[in-house]
Amino acid sequence: MSEELYDLETSLPVNPVERFLRMDRLPHIWCPGCGIGTTVNCFAQALESSGLDLRTTAIVSGIGCTGRVAGYMNLDSFHTTHGRAIPFATGLKLANPGLKVVVYSGDGDLSAIGGNHFIHAARRNVDMTVVLINNATYGMTGGQVAPTTPMSAVASTTPYGNFESAFNLPALADSCGAVYVARWTAFHVRHTTKAIKEALLKKGFSFVEILAPCPTLYSRRNKLGDGLAQMLYYQENSEVRHGAETKDVALGFQGKIIVGKFVDRERPTYHEAMDEYYTRKLGEQYVHAVVGGA
Amino acid sequence: MNADPKGVLTGAHFIDGDHACCEGAIAAGCRFVAGYPITPSTEVVERIAERFPYVGGVFIQMEDEIASSIAIQGAVWAGKKAMTVTSGPGFSLMMEHIGLAAMTETPCVFVNVQRAGPSTGLPTQPAQGDMMQVRWGSHGDYQIIAVVPNSPQECFDFTIKAFNLSEQYRVPAFVMMDECVGHMTERVVIPPAEQIDIVPRRWFKGTPDAYEPYRADADLVPSMVKAGDGFNIHVTGLTHDEHGYPNMSVAAQDKLVHRLREKITRNVESIVEYREDQIEGADVVVVTYGITSRTALPAIARARRDGLKVGHLRLVVVWPFPEQRIRELASRVRAFVVPELNLGQIVLEVERCAAGKVPVRLVGHTGGTVHQPDDIYQAIITSGKGR
Repeated sequence: MSEELYDLETSLPVNPVERFLRMDRLPHIWCPGCGIGTTVNCFAQALESSGLDLRTTAIVSGIGCTGRVAGYMNLDSFHTTHGRAIPFATGLKLANPGLKVVVYSGDGDLSAIGGNHFIHAARRNVDMTVVLINNATYGMTGGQVAPTTPMSAVASTTPYGNFESAFNLPALADSCGAVYVARWTAFHVRHTTKAIKEALLKKGFSFVEILAPCPTLYSRRNKLGDGLAQMLYYQENSEVRHGAETKDVALGFQGKIIVGKFVDRERPTYHEAMDEYYTRKLGEQYVHAVVGGA
Repeated sequence: MNADPKGVLTGAHFIDGDHACCEGAIAAGCRFVAGYPITPSTEVVERIAERFPYVGGVFIQMEDEIASSIAIQGAVWAGKKAMTVTSGPGFSLMMEHIGLAAMTETPCVFVNVQRAGPSTGLPTQPAQGDMMQVRWGSHGDYQIIAVVPNSPQECFDFTIKAFNLSEQYRVPAFVMMDECVGHMTERVVIPPAEQIDIVPRRWFKGTPDAYEPYRADADLVPSMVKAGDGFNIHVTGLTHDEHGYPNMSVAAQDKLVHRLREKITRNVESIVEYREDQIEGADVVVVTYGITSRTALPAIARARRDGLKVGHLRLVVVWPFPEQRIRELASRVRAFVVPELNLGQIVLEVERCAAGKVPVRLVGHTGGTVHQPDDIYQAIITSGKGR
């Protein structure tokens, strides 16, 4: 076929999520079978269906495999330090409440080294969406045990199996005051997309946990097969239970996975509470912050 | 440009250094502060918390110093001038984010009201033990700017100076106070806003297609945009290219790290600042900074009454260090005396620049109190007698 008959530039269908990605940064670094890319696709579709202004949407990541997501999104994107995406995002949001701020990072980043910031941002109800990709291990550094590694699972630093209790992250977010809490897996792409969209449109601290396979490290060490095998596990063992008590959704090694939307409630955000309180206390003397000013 | 008059409490005040630092930050245009309580710095954020609702600022007390030191950087990328305030133990927790600010060229100000360490040490008593930590505390090669006030008036003036230098060179800048200066109450004159020079952010003026976030201007400093401006910037602590994208090559590392260093070292003559008294013809030069510049004064005066030719060089900007000036002096004085509230930090820089030409005598003190002037006097006399 000659170039005159078939113009590659105009004839190839454009991937609908292309405009959300920094195409000049591809290919990405994730392994074959890794679930993170799938969640990014869901995130991009959620951005599209949410109707958010991309110009005022910012993404903040920490460090690790999921920490690389910010660098692939065609948004104002910040790749910060290990565990500190949430406090960076807190500063970003409070300094410009007009921004939609998304934190996108991994289980180790957000719940181990960043656990303190996670609970305080939820407590304050800082208006941000936190998407946590839970692959049950530290992928970037070679598959060490994480606060999310299920009991008995093998990791490079638990060669005989893990004997620590894992976090139940929806329960943690719920108990600290998150206004939206959902869990899905990389298998549930439509539910995940819908949940991220709902979280993006929810005012306050919204939290979506997405289970994702790490075939290279977690699955291989635990003899769980490839990425597809873990997707089949998600398919066969997930039970949708919207409104479940978050205390009942803890995860065990290759056990049942309770998925769904667990929390959806209203609370004043940090910024609303601050504005309302100062307006009541100080009246006309209270000067609202304006954007910029440096 | 001049300061925004809405934030400037023009007039004479009788306030301590911590409060003066707060007023300096507000005058400098700071409208975001994140902090965590720690003695002896807490009064700075207490006053910020009281003042900010009246000037359109946002103060948040974070869960720890790690969070504070990065929340301010988020605020900077949203368009604010921002500051955090701490003391030794909190400062130790902030080290990683000093590196992040250096690497991402995020202009922001850290105030450290130094207390005696190591560890929890003496929470309510002074020291100057963090002078090397501020320079070298985070990993890797980078440059910072640090100013050291010796009075509440200078806590006001130098906080503005730190903001201005931070914006001009896009580096984290530090106000290295100590407990004495922070808690000392003196007359502080806040000038009218139109007499306060403020360096605005280096905003990029062009369009997104013409913008590369880390393409430096002639002075090696790049221009900035903020989140929400439609530039879709990427900011990372990874080694990055001019576009801001990660680049794991040796060449990219070499280019970036050299520029981060040289944007300060090549502009060092514009940044360094020191005050000299009777340096010409001096046999002994006493090199001081912060509160020690005041405890040294009676010692210097007494040695001069004894007939010794004693010069006094007080560092205002400690980092970058005025290497050139110390090298010059080393070729014509007989000795340097360096009193400091630690067991030898800035004295190492003086020694390095003196390069063995003349003796450099440390008058160390572990902190908790300031020096006895007599200790400094004895060191001057001993040095003046020569070898």
